[in-house]
Amino acid sequence: MMQDISIGFVPLLDSAVLLAAQEKGFFAAEGLSVKLTRETSWSAIRDRLAVGHLQAAHVLGPMPIAANLGLFPLSPSLVAPFALGLGGNAIAVSNALGAAMEEAGDNRDLDPARAGQALKAVVEARRAAGLPRLRFGVVYIFSGHNLELRYWLAANGIDPDADVDIVVLPPPFMPDALMTGRIDGYCAGEPWNTMAARSGAGRVVTVKSRIWRSSPEKVLAIAATLCEEQPDLIDALIRGLYKAAVWCGARDNHAELAAILATPDHLGVDASLLKPVLDGAIAIAATEEVQVEDFFLPCEKAATFPWQSHALWFYSQMVRWGLCSHSPRNAGIAANSYRPDIYRRALKPLNAALPGASLKVEGALLVPTPVGASAAGLILGPDGFFDGRIFDPDRIGDYIREQMS
Amino acid sequence: MKNSDLTILVIDENAIRASVIEDGLRQAGHDNVTVVHELLGVARIIERLAPDVIVIDIENPNRDMLESLFLLSRSVKRPIAMFVDRSDADSIQAAVEAGVSAYVVDGLRKERIKPILDMAISRFNAFSRMARELEEAKSQLENRKVIDRAKSILMKSRGLDEETAYGLLRRTAMDQNRKIVEIAQSLVMTAGLLEK
Repeated sequence: MMQDISIGFVPLLDSAVLLAAQEKGFFAAEGLSVKLTRETSWSAIRDRLAVGHLQAAHVLGPMPIAANLGLFPLSPSLVAPFALGLGGNAIAVSNALGAAMEEAGDNRDLDPARAGQALKAVVEARRAAGLPRLRFGVVYIFSGHNLELRYWLAANGIDPDADVDIVVLPPPFMPDALMTGRIDGYCAGEPWNTMAARSGAGRVVTVKSRIWRSSPEKVLAIAATLCEEQPDLIDALIRGLYKAAVWCGARDNHAELAAILATPDHLGVDASLLKPVLDGAIAIAATEEVQVEDFFLPCEKAATFPWQSHALWFYSQMVRWGLCSHSPRNAGIAANSYRPDIYRRALKPLNAALPGASLKVEGALLVPTPVGASAAGLILGPDGFFDGRIFDPDRIGDYIREQMS
Repeated sequence: MKNSDLTILVIDENAIRASVIEDGLRQAGHDNVTVVHELLGVARIIERLAPDVIVIDIENPNRDMLESLFLLSRSVKRPIAMFVDRSDADSIQAAVEAGVSAYVVDGLRKERIKPILDMAISRFNAFSRMARELEEAKSQLENRKVIDRAKSILMKSRGLDEETAYGLLRRTAMDQNRKIVEIAQSLVMTAGLLEK
């Protein structure tokens, strides 16, 4: 019997694995009848998960953690047993800010340290001249975007709370807001950086995968009650998604994947804007592209594995910026929001190479490294933070203390 | 119990629906109602009004921005919770189904908020029903036009009278187990192709 399930998504490039699972029949092959619902905000996705309109959804990595910590006006219990890829975001700035950064030493190579130092020089010059603070847009408070933008700024000596303003804006409005000067820069997912670059509204100055290589972004969130009541359904869902991720990861499929994403029911943008991004060719200005390694990974390097160390890093940054308080209990809730145990249970029959550990030291792998797994052939890394720092989840208290002092 | 001491902000990009809600609130004796259609500059409005209740359509893409305002802004002092009470699951369910979301200042008594929420839900539902009926009426009109077109094509090309032309359409539809309007549509389309 086919099992019915409703899954929500926001029209972004990193909904690729979910959309491919539906369109290429990977869900149907698992006996699932999935209804995909496009949503306009993360708040709406969360509310619909809370009241059971949606059984699962494409959500920002920190959302299940924030929900389980009760940080939302309406906080459903959520479980994240599957990650929807690594990387995929970028930071774009207005042409005016881009030019000022270039004068201050940025050389259009997406190097987060060089771009960050240039931005710092601009911030200081503006302060000396009595100009207003620069304003940056992010897509949501509990988002990788907000947290990685803040990490990048802080690592370059810019205080995200005191030296700049950070505002929340729906990503489709960002290129326009950049053009009209309502914001000076933003951190968003694709295709919204490509849109700004190709249309001449702004320039991409760095990317998520250079700030923290192989870093977490979206996950599949499932209502916790459904996870408990229907483990077989959840396992089928994860298997369908995993097979879709493998399909998305094959370069030969990128043209077809871009076409699937481009349709009006999905992202509704031209496939010719999406295909280069899938291939790692990132538009940084109207006619300028840079090849970025591991820009968005849908499958490789265990990109679908819900590392609890990823959940804990998001949590550490939520504490760092005052979004929640640190306690062993809260850290436990954060870590257990991600469920590698369910991932392994679901994928065991496929004989896929599954990581043996549930946490890893983040930023420790300088080169691609084979790791302990249930089958041969699992390679992780490099996974470094651009500032060379390491996040050891066993020493999360120290990490938070060092960053907050 | 006086209703006029509650300050209510309605945010809706749909001006007609917003006025339907405003009207309902005024009928219930709420005098301090402000309606805005776009979120640009809403931070300042919220700061100035300090609303007790904010009603916003659930699909509004700016909700993420609005929630960040409650969370981060130092100027919006009182914490705002969605709906009255998280345990009131039926209300929440009904609201989300109707497409209403509401933010309420913590500490307001439930019996004061419940009628506002119920009114918003019923008016949202009435509005969707109206919009749906309008859509249906429109498509019925469209259908009738297509059938008329098909009839006149048959009358001209086969020299039939109106009744016989309609009978032919109906019989074809029954034979093929399709709707009359579908037969009419394909007939009109084919005729259009042949004309060129």
